[in-house]
Amino acid sequence: MLRRWRERVNLTDIVMFIIGASILALALTGTVLNILHPKFTEQQWWSFVVDGLTLGSIYALIALGYTLVYGILRMINFAHSEVFMSGPFTAYFLADWMASTGFLEENLLVGLLAIFALAMTISTIVAVLLERIAYRPLRFAPRLVPLITAIGASFFLQYFFKGLYGPNIKVYPEITALRTVVEIGAIRIRYLQIFVIVAALLMMAGLQLFVMYTRTGKAMRAVAEDKETAALMGIDIDRIIVITFVLGGALAGAAGVLFGLTFKQVKFDMGFIPGIKAFTAAVLGGIGNVVGAMVGGMFLGVTESIGPSLFLDPLGVPSPGQLKDAIAFTLLVLVLIFRPSGILGERLAEKKA
Amino acid sequence: MKPSVNRLLPLQIGLLGGIIAVLIGWQGMIVAFSTRDIIGNVISMGHTLLFITIFATGYIAITHSHVTRSVDQLIAGGSAGLVASALIVVSVWLGNVLPLGAMLVNAVPQLYELLTFKQGLVMGSVWLLVIGLVLGSLAALALILPAKIRQPIINALVVLIALGVLQDLVTVTLSNFDFLTPIVRFFYAANGLSLLGAIILFLGFAGGSYLWSTYSKNLQSRIDRLPPTRRRTLRWGTSLLIVLILLFLPSLVGLYLSEVIDNVGLYLLMGLGLNIVVGFAGLLDLGYVAFFAIGAYTVGFLTSPELGRAALMDNWWPALPFGVAMAAFAGILLGIPVLKMRGDYLAIVTLGFGEIIRLLALSDLLKPYFGGAQGTRSIPYPNIGPFQISWHPQEFYYLFLAGCLFAIFISTRVKNSRVGRAWMALREDEDVAQAMGIDLVATKLMAFAMGASFGGLAGAIFSSKLTAIYPHSFNFMISINVVSLIIIGGMGSIPGVVVGALALVGLPELLREMAEFRFLIYGIVLVVMMLTRPEGLVPEARRALELEEFKEESAAESASGEEAVVLETPGQQ
Repeated sequence: MLRRWRERVNLTDIVMFIIGASILALALTGTVLNILHPKFTEQQWWSFVVDGLTLGSIYALIALGYTLVYGILRMINFAHSEVFMSGPFTAYFLADWMASTGFLEENLLVGLLAIFALAMTISTIVAVLLERIAYRPLRFAPRLVPLITAIGASFFLQYFFKGLYGPNIKVYPEITALRTVVEIGAIRIRYLQIFVIVAALLMMAGLQLFVMYTRTGKAMRAVAEDKETAALMGIDIDRIIVITFVLGGALAGAAGVLFGLTFKQVKFDMGFIPGIKAFTAAVLGGIGNVVGAMVGGMFLGVTESIGPSLFLDPLGVPSPGQLKDAIAFTLLVLVLIFRPSGILGERLAEKKA
Repeated sequence: MKPSVNRLLPLQIGLLGGIIAVLIGWQGMIVAFSTRDIIGNVISMGHTLLFITIFATGYIAITHSHVTRSVDQLIAGGSAGLVASALIVVSVWLGNVLPLGAMLVNAVPQLYELLTFKQGLVMGSVWLLVIGLVLGSLAALALILPAKIRQPIINALVVLIALGVLQDLVTVTLSNFDFLTPIVRFFYAANGLSLLGAIILFLGFAGGSYLWSTYSKNLQSRIDRLPPTRRRTLRWGTSLLIVLILLFLPSLVGLYLSEVIDNVGLYLLMGLGLNIVVGFAGLLDLGYVAFFAIGAYTVGFLTSPELGRAALMDNWWPALPFGVAMAAFAGILLGIPVLKMRGDYLAIVTLGFGEIIRLLALSDLLKPYFGGAQGTRSIPYPNIGPFQISWHPQEFYYLFLAGCLFAIFISTRVKNSRVGRAWMALREDEDVAQAMGIDLVATKLMAFAMGASFGGLAGAIFSSKLTAIYPHSFNFMISINVVSLIIIGGMGSIPGVVVGALALVGLPELLREMAEFRFLIYGIVLVVMMLTRPEGLVPEARRALELEEFKEESAAESASGEEAVVLETPGQQ
């Protein structure tokens, strides 16, 4: 009897189940306690959600870079967080100069467009150079080799930009026109947040249309499906991979500017934490899946924003805000354990390993 | 097929070299290194770096453009050097016109002064161009010379630069011996080597290297011809010498260097532990610092009297096994969820795990147990019984030595055991390993537990050495440091870990100017290493074989690619 039971159920599965179940139980207890003893007002909850969606749309834009590259090369581009950093870090100087001359406030649209254009260009250049120098020669290497290269490239880029622009925090200019607050019922939302969410959604929609309906987009999907067959069909694999890095880089650069406008500061290591979280978002939605990255990003942003107050605060955890990042990492571990194919990503599941 | 000669290639490479040189300047390296002279008042480290960059540009331009005639080589090298230096000149002029300093923090007037050799803008530019031309041509000259002469010159230059760069190490170490003082005074000026000393050293080493290359085969064959008993004595003698040096190292090198060696020992211990996980079993763990932290915090938790209660243990030694065991347990606990993950996923989950541990140690939630941001303090020294000695880096050295020797012993024994071979099978191909009857779960967990326990040991010693531990000592950089050192040394190779720890931890400590650029250089080294020599500096035999296979495969791949191109051409005509 016992032996038969042991053959069916694995010890490691039990341990994993216990870990997952206890974390879920903790989260549920917190939520229930919260409902029984309401501590925050409705307005506060809505502001958590809005903050979470703002953050989540930035994560989603970065996550798209991970997802696109993973879909085609089957590797995590560890240096993507530095692609994200390089653009806005460089564009800061333009933004600062335009703000100091008053140009930015007078011609808001032109100014913002210029900042975005510069940041996206720089990020794209970094991404393409990265592919050309570090990844292309190793395309057929054992998995560990490009992974280590990516980590090395990530460190190099981080400290390269530190050496170039200095180790200090650069403060992005405050744009007065975007500070206005609108109230919709109990929801208070700033123009800036609307701008970030709408801009991110527009870009994501654009990407989705590009991938689904253009010739190049179709080629990208073909390469993601099967490189060799795609090559036999006359698709230039190298070109598609470069385009993938261009798209990922441009989106990351735009995300970086949105990040800079929202949190007002950029620094050489600003990419590290958002990078890991965006990766989490990509995995959460199902890596290799464009819509999944958006859903995953929003989900992670909101969870991270309301999590400390929803799960941890009622359990008596002191200063739960400190554990915001821990929630995101725990979520990553949980998803990888229980649903490695992500929320929407059935298609690539078997190719994961 | 003879590679075609591309006339423009040297110029392109020169341009690239120039861009790199300008970026090196904008990183602040040339300025930071200019305070230390290689040869006193003759040439600084910063200028050496600049010259090496231009020289290398010329060298690469020649070798890549496949020119064979001496004249062509001279033209290629000279033009590449000239283009590179011209680009530096452009950057200097640009810096004089535009306020680049507002954006680039290291584009300071001092940099331009150094780049123009304090000769003013116009004269300095002329100097730079001449030096570029000369250095590029010298690269050609170096290639034209027969290898028998070239090699000794390069060797002597490398030794000279090393002696100049490591002047503190050499002078401090030798100052422990009074009778060497006049010799040191002769060879070293106040900053860098003395000119006369440098010339003598150069000639000496070049000559020595020449003689060595001529007669070393002779010596080797004479050793081979010795009778077995004499050979054994020779081997034992060498081993004895090494043991003696290891035993008396701290008193030989003094306080400062002992501190450096302790640091090397700490990272060596961690490296040996991670080597089991990454090197033997091929599981990339980016959160290794977690086990280091768990070892340190367990010991702190047990022995610190400052956590609002009496210390559970008043001695460090009984806490040590708990630290190691907790780390091993954490290794298993982390290992279980990641059993099914490979490569990238494993890397990022372990990274997340390391961050979670650090965030928890920092949080107010666990403050009563681990002290939060204030850390855990007053951890006792590892005294044995009534012997109370003052613990300086020189005394801790023996603790690190014992730990490292223990870890090396375990690693070597385990490597060739059944488990070790199972790990290597796992690294090569997980599915095949499983098909061969290897229990994946037990094997992987064994690797995690064992690797983690070495990390815990390192953490326990670390906590006692500092007597206080803070969450910020356990950041992601430590994991990266450890991963880098085993990769650079050679994955799976135990001598490689030693070399890696010496190169990545020892060298930057000796070169304080380099500390600022440490991670920049790590990054470059990791990328270049993976592109050119993925098996590491001291490769492990089996790992090198695995990578050799890949090289053949990709060679075949690119060959078939070329074939495809050939097939396409008729259609285009």
